Amino acid sequence: MAATTAGTAASSSNKRNVINFLTKNSMTIALVAVFILFASLTGGRLLFAQNMSNLLLQNGYVLVMACGMLLCILTGGNIDLSVGSVICMVGGLAAVLITNLGWNPYLTIPICLLVGLAIGAWQGYWIGFVRIPPFITTLAGMFIFRGIGRLVVNNKTVPMQNAAFNNLFTSYINIPGLDVISTKDAPVDNPHIWSPLVIGGIVVLLILLLTAKGRLSKKKNGYHLNSAVMDYGKVVIVSALIMWYCTKLSQYKGISVMLVWVLAVCLIYYFITSKTVIGRYFYAVGGNEKATKLSGINTNRIYFLAYANMGLLAGLCGMLCLARVGSVSGQTGTSFEMDAIASCFIGGASAYGGSGSVGGVVIGALLLGVLNMGMSILGFTDSWQYVVKGSVLLVAVIFDVVSKRKKG
Amino acid sequence: MADIILEMKNITKEFPGVKALDNVNLVVERGTIHALIGENGAGKSTLMNVLSGIYPYGTYSGEIYYNGKLCRFKTLKESEAENIVIIHQELALIPLLSIGENMFLGNEIRNGAGVIDWNKTYAEAEKHMRQVGLQESPHSLIKDIGTGKQQLVEIAKAFSKNVKLLILDEPTSSLNDEDAKMLLDLLMEFKKQGLTSIIITHKLNEIIYCADKATIIRDGSTIETLVKGVDEFSEDRIIRGMVGRPMNDRYPERENKVQAEVSLEVKDWTVHHPLYPEKVVDDHISFKVHKGEIIGFSGLQGAGRTELAMSIFGRSYGTNISGELYLHGKKTHLRNPEAAIHAGLAYVTEDRKTNGLLLNESIRFNTTLPRLDKISNNGVIDKDKEKIVAEKMREEMGTKTPSIEQKVGNLSGGNQQKALLGKWMFTEPDILIMDEPTRGIDVGAKYDIYCLMNQMVADGKSVVMISSEMPELLGMCDRIYVMNEGRLLAELNAKETTQEEIMGYIIRDS
Repeated sequence: MAATTAGTAASSSNKRNVINFLTKNSMTIALVAVFILFASLTGGRLLFAQNMSNLLLQNGYVLVMACGMLLCILTGGNIDLSVGSVICMVGGLAAVLITNLGWNPYLTIPICLLVGLAIGAWQGYWIGFVRIPPFITTLAGMFIFRGIGRLVVNNKTVPMQNAAFNNLFTSYINIPGLDVISTKDAPVDNPHIWSPLVIGGIVVLLILLLTAKGRLSKKKNGYHLNSAVMDYGKVVIVSALIMWYCTKLSQYKGISVMLVWVLAVCLIYYFITSKTVIGRYFYAVGGNEKATKLSGINTNRIYFLAYANMGLLAGLCGMLCLARVGSVSGQTGTSFEMDAIASCFIGGASAYGGSGSVGGVVIGALLLGVLNMGMSILGFTDSWQYVVKGSVLLVAVIFDVVSKRKKG
Repeated sequence: MADIILEMKNITKEFPGVKALDNVNLVVERGTIHALIGENGAGKSTLMNVLSGIYPYGTYSGEIYYNGKLCRFKTLKESEAENIVIIHQELALIPLLSIGENMFLGNEIRNGAGVIDWNKTYAEAEKHMRQVGLQESPHSLIKDIGTGKQQLVEIAKAFSKNVKLLILDEPTSSLNDEDAKMLLDLLMEFKKQGLTSIIITHKLNEIIYCADKATIIRDGSTIETLVKGVDEFSEDRIIRGMVGRPMNDRYPERENKVQAEVSLEVKDWTVHHPLYPEKVVDDHISFKVHKGEIIGFSGLQGAGRTELAMSIFGRSYGTNISGELYLHGKKTHLRNPEAAIHAGLAYVTEDRKTNGLLLNESIRFNTTLPRLDKISNNGVIDKDKEKIVAEKMREEMGTKTPSIEQKVGNLSGGNQQKALLGKWMFTEPDILIMDEPTRGIDVGAKYDIYCLMNQMVADGKSVVMISSEMPELLGMCDRIYVMNEGRLLAELNAKETTQEEIMGYIIRDS
């Protein structure tokens, strides 16, 4: 009798653990499910090396924007509507300066980033220090900077053909010796691209080393230690994913510089939000601004920083888009902010602020990306893609809200 | 045989961890003004919320008989259908709507097609406004009329609901003497017309002036009901009933360790209201606290104590703050809460849910927030160190929780208060300002918090306590400052004074 009771208790606690695990990782599971679904629906075409490489490149700008948007959303569910317009304006500025006026790209890029930062600081000033509602400030910004952007490109499509500029964003990393590329002019018998595999291997080794080092230092200081199976199990899964992806990359042109940019931004913002004091403050402001203020934190400054930072990243996105598309027009970047906002909310950021993570945002952006790509391959029209994307956003947020309510 | 309109029998209402009402009985006679008296937190408002259905039937035990009929109100609407209307201390009027719109909000007068009949609405509004002697256009916006008139709008609104039993929660707390007297006269006038009123108030002179009976509630229990003309019906008698609880060892023993050195001194501190800068919230307050000393601030809600504390704590409240502040004898200017924290001040708020804690975050997150610099290098948080210090604070405070990763919002009131204290103790303050540190928590948690205060002063630190519970101030403090309406009335030696003396100062000033 006693044994049965104990058994039931154990199984119910197991059940609770499983449910906890499922709700906590629901979006990762959804991503995997959608990925498998589209991989089979497309008869494996989704998994083609070119598609896998493009998945991250096409969505690179969304990931970069979403990192900035996350900080805004953390402060209390506030969004920045002006991002698409800023992309148009800064991208247009870069194109005009380099293509039309012949400026040096290495000088133009920092200038354009500063312009983005200045726009962000302008909006952040009104939002943080004068307390104009972010929705209104950035709605105004959306109009203003779209207009200025159109003036800058003079309502024309300005192309970008500067090789130095494009190389900085869209070229592929080919390491002599490792990569042998066959071209029309110089055909090679045995072309191969091994650099992604080597770099992937190095990254995997680094992850393994860092995990081991972290565990050692925790052990030395007597801190709480996760079980070795869990820690190293994670390493194995992550390593397998990295190596698989690198294999795909090695089958198609190699690692893009764009990918490096995007991953760098994601890693930096992961670090800021999860490990630093300033990152902690974004969560605190969104959690309870009054209490945060009384804890000695200048909350006005936090709002300012969120939007100033968003401007900087929008500027970077402007150049990423310019390089990838190859030109800028008055329409560039229209409604891009919506993809970033959707990624954040699908990725589990709270619409009331105070919770959300870069990891979640990446998952959210990838989910949208896989949906887009899968539906494109299957030949869904734009109209249907909108319907599906909207539905996914709504379902994700409903799930989030309902699962939180049950726990509370 | 008296004509009983309302009888509440054996009402018991519990909140998580706190018994707010314990077998309370209340009998109200038709056509009388019945006062309900007790200290803050005694359970008066809770009782009225039970009556009006704000706490629905089923969440309390006991029975309510209205006109001899057993009532089980589940919503405010149901009690209003029986012509019971409650007017809260915080007026429920919408500033940007007109008087007429406010009066019929939720009870809109509609024509056959379901469209609001504005002509009739304003005519009806005007009728009831005349009834309460309110000379205003029903089209005036609420924000444009004074608090006194707003109170009248609430009463006119009650009349529009054909009120038979009117409940007023602290109706005069925000009125000046003239408006207050007018309101009381109005109630007495309505009494002649047969209206029954229950009035909750701190102002004993008002009770003597207008009430027929007074029921005293203390610690969630009814103590006694005094009847005008039968019992002694004086301020002193009522005060005795209100505070007359026995003083036993609810307060831990403490040796007097008061040192000569003054740690905090404030001179001529004047604070103005942040939204209405012409309103003075604290008027030339001067006080000091020595090392090893606990001082207390006594007064009613709205006396300006919280505002005083917050304005000292890095100007986190008020505008046009003037006066001088000395820390350990040195004149100091605390520009913002950050400066105050680094100068060794800590302010434990009275409103832990709004101003104190991040309810959706863990105990760990909350504990380290004010001093993240203590656990970080170059702006990067050492998470392992953070866990260790948070765990240490949890142990010292005796917070009962499965882990420091628990969301603060899931803790009981007492444990939330301990988490809040842990957060401020982590800042290692020299001067700990505690605002209503034991509000809404159980006796055991209270004792733990008192012990912590004693530990602070034993270490040579100073504690400033704001409390509405006078026994607590008398039991814990060395000296007590009495405040009322932004002014400092008296400085008393806690060992020599009595609750009656303190209450006397406040009452006579009101």
